[in-house]
Amino acid sequence: MINIFEVAETNEMIEKENLDVRTITLGISLLDCIDADLKLLNEKIYQKIYGAAKDLVATGEYISAEYGIPVVNKRISVTPIALVGGAACKSPEDFVSVARTLDKVAHEVGVNFIGGYSALVSKGMTAADEMLIRSIPKALSVTERVCSSVNVGSTKTGINMDAVKLMGEVILQTARATADRDSLGCAKLVVFCNAPDDNPFMAGAFHGVTEADKIINVGVSGPGVVKTALEKVRGENFEVLCETIKKTAFKVTRVGQLVAKEASKIMGVPFGIVDLSLAPTPAVGDSVAEILCEIGLEHAGAPGTTAALALLNDQVKKGGVMASSYVGGLSGAFIPVSEDQGMIDAVTAGALTLEKLEAMTCVCSVGLDMIAIPGDTKESTVSGIIADEMAIGMVNQKTTAVRLIPVIGKGVGETVEFGGLLGYAPIMPVNGFSCDAFIARGGRIPAPIHSFKN
Amino acid sequence: MKKTIITVVGKDTVGIIARVCTYLADNGINILDISQTIVQDYFNMMMIVDTNRTSKDFKDMVRELDELGESIGVIIKCQKEEIFDQMHRI
Repeated sequence: MINIFEVAETNEMIEKENLDVRTITLGISLLDCIDADLKLLNEKIYQKIYGAAKDLVATGEYISAEYGIPVVNKRISVTPIALVGGAACKSPEDFVSVARTLDKVAHEVGVNFIGGYSALVSKGMTAADEMLIRSIPKALSVTERVCSSVNVGSTKTGINMDAVKLMGEVILQTARATADRDSLGCAKLVVFCNAPDDNPFMAGAFHGVTEADKIINVGVSGPGVVKTALEKVRGENFEVLCETIKKTAFKVTRVGQLVAKEASKIMGVPFGIVDLSLAPTPAVGDSVAEILCEIGLEHAGAPGTTAALALLNDQVKKGGVMASSYVGGLSGAFIPVSEDQGMIDAVTAGALTLEKLEAMTCVCSVGLDMIAIPGDTKESTVSGIIADEMAIGMVNQKTTAVRLIPVIGKGVGETVEFGGLLGYAPIMPVNGFSCDAFIARGGRIPAPIHSFKN
Repeated sequence: MKKTIITVVGKDTVGIIARVCTYLADNGINILDISQTIVQDYFNMMMIVDTNRTSKDFKDMVRELDELGESIGVIIKCQKEEIFDQMHRI
């Protein structure tokens, strides 16, 4: 039987170390909403999402009360809208009307984000894909809760450099369209390579076409729990360090599995996956960078950071895999800058640069995340950063992503405040040398040789 | 049987167990096990209870125990057993 010390340990994790379930994300297929009539399409999308998700927030709150663990976010992901809207939308403006519908239904069911205003263009773009991508700046400026993502590359297809070029432009247009809100629109826009179909985390969540009609995916968190566990093994060797991370990740993931199963049962929707990520928040003690420091670095970004992050990412997965019947999504350690106080401190101290962050993305769970850059950065430079990150994902057969925020009207040394879970960030310098001619080439980069496994 | 874990943490004072037990008895909740320890002057108690025969809604019970805790000056939490089982047992 459970003893008092085990109970105390669990409750300490929840109360003092910020253990929480970061998100319950309900994935909803909109493929059956496709219609050639725009008005009907919007109506069907509204009805389908409302019907499926009206109890989602209440379910999250019920589970939270039952187990005494916070369920921070309740969210929705939908089929990439470029696929759903292709038949009805004849202009970018038509796609914006779908974004408005998504935003409206998100408000009505009470979720804080809805993801899936997306296009999958890793090899080529259809007319609909391109229209959706061109509509993103407007869509993100007139909605509050809609999140957008574009997959521009994969290990199997190579990198669509036309899309990379376009996304450089779209990111800056989005920044300008939301300049009055410190370019906040860009915080809801992700460019992916190897995007997973079952990611519960925003802003990159969408409901893949390989998924069932509806699915529950859960994202757990708990950097603070890992940090506290590591405080007890200071000075011990790497074997002890890795074992400690693994055991802690197991415990954290078990909570996610429990919540996912329970939500699935209550809502009558199949359980998809648990995403066993260490997802930081701006709260003190909820930081991945602090774990890196606890492993032995003065600041995230110091020499040794990539190795420390590599072992952390791997041990989190090893511990979590056995704790859940299905793992998926982006599992590992996220390294967003603005959402992690330790990362912000590292940037402010001059320990962490964009180039070091890029190296870290080779071994972290995703990519360059929530990084504020000067608003006068050139479009081709943004595309160049995206291309580099996509290449890392393509060659290493991992998911990588770019979520950059060029803050209009601000430069290096200034700070931008997004508020809430999105945090705040010092604006980081970007390498100013040109890649214009490289980006202007157009076309695609072929898939790497190791993609041919047939 | 659905089991629930009630934990009480706070400064030790007279009658904590009595008041919690009275609440449980009044609501038809059977106590299966109690363990208690003092850590650094702080009172730590865990009860395993059977909530099968109570008509009380779980959410109400969580809220009422929280209010009771506040009136005594301790923190009372009430959670389904599975969260601990899942975390600490393979």
